[in-house]
Parts: sequence; structure tokens; C-alpha cells
Amino acid sequence: MDSDDGFNSSQVSEDEFMEDQDSDVSLGEDSDFEMDQDDVGFESQDKDIKPSKHAYEIEFTVYSPAQIQSHQDKQIDEVSNILGQPPESTAILLRHARWNKERLIDQYMEKTEETLESAGLGESAENNPPRLEKVKGFVCDICCEDDPDMFTFAMKCGHRFCVDCYKQYLYTKIKDEGEAARIRCPGDGCNRIVDYKSLNLLVSDSLRDRYQELLMRTYVDDRENLRWCPAPNCVYAVQCGVKDRELARVVPTVHCDCGHFFCFGCSLNDHQPAPCSLVKKWLKKCEDDSETANWISANTKECPKCHSTIEKNGGCNHMTCRKCRHEFCWMCMGVWSEHGTSWYNCNRYEEKSGSEARDAQARSRQSLERYLHYYNRYANHEQSAKLDKDIYLKTEKKMTQLQNTTGMSWIEVQFLDSASQALQQCRQTLKWTYAFAYYLARNNLTEIFEDNQKDLELAVENLSEMFEKPIDQLKGLKVEMMDKTSYCTKRRIILLNDTAENLKNGNWDFIVQL
Amino acid sequence: MFASKRLQKELSKMQGKLPPGIEVVKAEDFSEWLMDIKVVDSNPLYAGETYRLKFAFSSNYPIEAPEVVFVQTTDRPIPWHPHIYSNGIICLDLLDRQGWSPVHNVESICVSLQSMLTSNTKKERPPGDENFVRYNTQRPRDISFVFHDNQV
Ligand SMILES: [Zn+2]
Ligand SMILES: [Zn+2]
Ligand SMILES: [Zn+2]
Ligand SMILES: [Zn+2]
Ligand SMILES: [Zn+2]
Ligand SMILES: [Zn+2]
Repeated sequence: MDSDDGFNSSQVSEDEFMEDQDSDVSLGEDSDFEMDQDDVGFESQDKDIKPSKHAYEIEFTVYSPAQIQSHQDKQIDEVSNILGQPPESTAILLRHARWNKERLIDQYMEKTEETLESAGLGESAENNPPRLEKVKGFVCDICCEDDPDMFTFAMKCGHRFCVDCYKQYLYTKIKDEGEAARIRCPGDGCNRIVDYKSLNLLVSDSLRDRYQELLMRTYVDDRENLRWCPAPNCVYAVQCGVKDRELARVVPTVHCDCGHFFCFGCSLNDHQPAPCSLVKKWLKKCEDDSETANWISANTKECPKCHSTIEKNGGCNHMTCRKCRHEFCWMCMGVWSEHGTSWYNCNRYEEKSGSEARDAQARSRQSLERYLHYYNRYANHEQSAKLDKDIYLKTEKKMTQLQNTTGMSWIEVQFLDSASQALQQCRQTLKWTYAFAYYLARNNLTEIFEDNQKDLELAVENLSEMFEKPIDQLKGLKVEMMDKTSYCTKRRIILLNDTAENLKNGNWDFIVQL
Repeated sequence: MFASKRLQKELSKMQGKLPPGIEVVKAEDFSEWLMDIKVVDSNPLYAGETYRLKFAFSSNYPIEAPEVVFVQTTDRPIPWHPHIYSNGIICLDLLDRQGWSPVHNVESICVSLQSMLTSNTKKERPPGDENFVRYNTQRPRDISFVFHDNQV
């Protein structure tokens, strides 16, 4: 492979993560975690980007639950020393302040009693801890009971309810709704947060454990620069300095240690090169227009020449009709031989000009046509990625059999694995280039983008096609396949660098507001 | 159990006296009630009309908000309002998980909806009504509405 530069885009960060793990105990003042309150702007961040990084890559770090816990403990210790409060109370204060350490310290220094009070730690709470009471003539506004022997509870706000109702309320909030640090008083419109001591008084041990667990999660939830990996059952969190307001200029794809690529901005699967807001608009549009567009992505089509039904069973878009041997492109249904020449324009939507677009009906038809053009290609790459994967898995199975019978070593078939991964990644990128293109207004940069898109698409189809070769030929195609794999990867990097660079500099014109 | 005790009490209270323009239509069990409401102040948008509300309660009511929608019958239209979809789904923060307080009850919801209609002057549906009505498959409580305009 001649270019392994950045195929695994997370390589750098993975190494950093390993170092980080080794030196976990020594995380000092200048560790990344401490930077979170600093307002690192886009420009200042720019300077920090290492030259080895590609324009579309961003800095990030992956943290394990143990590391998160230790960072959390460290923060608590530090603030505990500054405030002179025991760690237990400090933890409550920090959670109450959404882990905004500076603001908490300022507030505490300025208005100590008020700060303690609002977190449920006030002096009155010390001398006068929350307790259950029987109150004469009391009627619970939740269950409407008025039994005089009934225990009741109220926080400082005075909204009093019977203990059973309060418990039921907390149970629902914690167990069903997963709330912890910011459960509000059940009173109508009351913003008082149920503090830890009150909670302790009212909930069972098992619920308290769940509460603790959720509290621990709020540490990550409360920080703009930390995010849980959205992969199912993944326990890692990722730290990244990209702020919400920067999302029109950067698409922050991160790579979790579990293997999942996701967007730090919106937590969806990697959607480079399309910015988060376009992704959101696009997905919404696809959902709204699903009825009109559904048939397009269907798996069967007719051969444009003999009209026999053709089913797509691999990811490759180069189709050959079994019956008449007509070769055509699955996406545009055009003749395949016309693809790959200089006037190949399967990826570009040709605007119809002039008279045809005159009346409203024609315009609306044209706008639907335009959408379908991009949607068709978007959906096709999504579908093809699945088919590519299927065919790879089948191939892999056959290769294992082959290995057993011919004694070919595992290392020798690894190239298939790399090829399959590259295909998946490139199709993912291609898919989103079509959503990106849909919202793109033509300017002098569009052509370069479309050329990059076309080049990547061709590279991908060439590689994809190889998977359809008979197994016994695959071994002989190793070198060719590796070449094609690295070419795909290279084209992907070129495309992503171009889009990222221009996005950062605000050079793209979009037909919608980002 | 939790819900039935409370609903029993609400019902007996409502059978005593209800604010003008609110009526119990059907309350035979503790899972679903029907209520009728009218706009009592003069508002040309709603003059002479009666609207039917369907309340669905979970066993955890009133800790959890009930699901409340307008239902259409031959003589009960869906009222025009920029927060009421034409399928009867209501976008009101009071009925949302964040805005709900267990202190509310059927009567107070009806009163809130009455006043929401009373103060409205726009014969409009929410933006995107057509698509929402066509494609929404979520239950009202699972939809995250954005309460961008609480004045209406
Ligand atoms: Zn009660
Ligand atoms: Zn309160
Ligand atoms: Zn993960
Ligand atoms: Zn995103
Ligand atoms: Zn044919
Ligand atoms: Zn084509």
C-alpha cells in the first residue's frame, strides 16, 4: 500500500489516548480536560492542528469510564480544597453548577450561603435537615388524600406532598425518565431542584444506586466538550474541542475505541462532508418525501434494453443483464461504456433551462426531479454499502474454507478485509456527498467538488466490482485489489480535504442557511 | 391503583361543579375519558362550537401527564389554532414531560385549553401540519415539540 496516510483517521488520536492512559495519574493542570472552560475559538484551535493531520480531521480523545471517574474525582478534590467544603458537599455543588467550576467558585466566594442554599446545602439544611412530617389539615394535591396520620414532605419552596406521592414521583423521574441531577419539585412551575439529602430521605437503596449511576453520567452530559459514544452498549466518552457554534465550518467526525465513527456535533454516524445542519435538513426531507422516493431505492429494476427484471445483489453499480448482456449503470440507467470517459456525468444533476421550467407545475416537477436525482444516489450508496458488506462476508467465509483446503495463511487474505473497510467508509462518504450536493448552489468550486465526487465514485465502483470475481481468482488479484483500495482511500482524502478546507473558509454557497 | 384513586376523586369533584363550558361526556373507567369544552368568552373563531377531548391515563397518572387530544365527530370539529394539528394533537407545554406537574388535573387541563383558544386570533394550523398529520406515527407524549411561542 503506497498511501496509508490517514486511512485510519483516528490513528493519531489513538496513540495519544494510549499515552494518556499510561500517564493517567499525572493529569495535570494543562491536561485537555482542564481546558474545557476556556473558550477555544476556531482560529486559535487552528494553530494547534498538527501538520500531519488532514484538513477534515479534528483533535479528540477517547476516555474510559475509569478515566472519567478519576477526572471527576480530581475535579471534586481540587474544588473541595478551594472552597473548604468536604468532597461530598463539593460534588453536590459541582453537579448543581453543571460542573462549571469557575462559575461555582465565583458564586461561592460572592454569595456563600445563597450558593449552598440553592444546592440544598444551606446552613438551615445543616441545623434543620429535611424531614418527614405529619401536618394537621393537610390535603395532598397529587393524590387528594387528607389522612391526618400521613407523612408529608416539602423542600424549602414549601410545596408539600404526601410521602407516597413524592416517592412515586422520584421513582418515575429516576427509573423511567433517567433524570438525576436536575429533578424539579413536583409543584406546578416550581424550579427548585430536589437535593441529594431530600432524595436520600425518600428513595430506596436500589433507586439510590441508579441515581448515583445517572449522576455519574451527568458529568459527561453537562460538558460541551464531552460526549458519550452513541454505539449500543459502548461505555466510552469522547472529548473534543469543537463547539456547537462552529458546526457550520467543521464536520467533527471522531472515532471511538469501540470502532464506531460518529459526529461529535450531532452524535449521528459519520456524515462527512455534509455539515450537521444539512444532515438534519436532509434526513427530515427524506422522511417527509419518503413516499415519492421509496420506489427509487427499490432493489429491482428493469433492464433498459430488454426490460427483464434485474435484481441487484452486489454493491457494484456496473450491471450486466443476464439475458441480453446489456451493460448499464444502476444509478442513472445509462449505458456503462459511457461511464469513465471524460464526459461521464452520472453524479451531476443537469438543470433544465429556459422554457421547460416556465410554469409552476414544471418547476415543481423539476424540483422533485432534482431531489430524486440526489436522493437516488444517496440511497443507492447506502444500499450498496450493505450489499458490499454482505458479499464481503460471503467472500470471507469462502476464503476461510479456501484457507483450510489450500493452506493459504490468514495474513494473505487480510487485503480483503482492508478493501471491504475502505469500501464501507468511501460509500459512507459518497452517500453524504449527495446530500451535500443537493444543498450546494453552483459556484466556481462546485466543479472541482463534482470531479472529486466522480473520481471517488469510479474508484469505489472499480473496487466493488472486484468482490464479484470468483473466489479462486481473488488470490491472484491481491496486488490489484490493494492498489485499488489505496486509490479509493486516496480519493476519499482528497475529496474530504477539499470540502473541509472550503467549509472552514466559508467558500461554499448553500441554497439554505447553515 | 395510583391513578384510579386520584381519578375517582377528580370525578366525584367534577360531578359536583364544573367551570362553565366544561362537561364530562364519558368517564366509565380509569383509562380513558371524554370531555367537551366550549369557549365561553366571545371569540368569532370558536362561536357556537363544541370540541371533544380524549384523555388517556397511564396507571402512573398524575405523576405522568395524561395524553390529551381533540377528537373529531360529526358535530365536534378540531378547533383552529396554531398549536393544534388537524389530527387533534395538541402542542402545549403543560402536557409535555417537562412542563407537566402532578398537581394538574383533568379540570385544570380543560381550563388551560379553553384559555388557549380564547386568546387565539389566528385561524391557522401549526407549520408543517400536512406532513405531520400524514407521517406522524409517534404518540403525542413521545413527540418533542419545541415551545417556541408560549404567547399563543
Ligand atoms: Zn399524595
Ligand atoms: Zn416547589
Ligand atoms: Zn464507542
Ligand atoms: Zn453531525
Ligand atoms: Zn437485458
Ligand atoms: Zn450512471
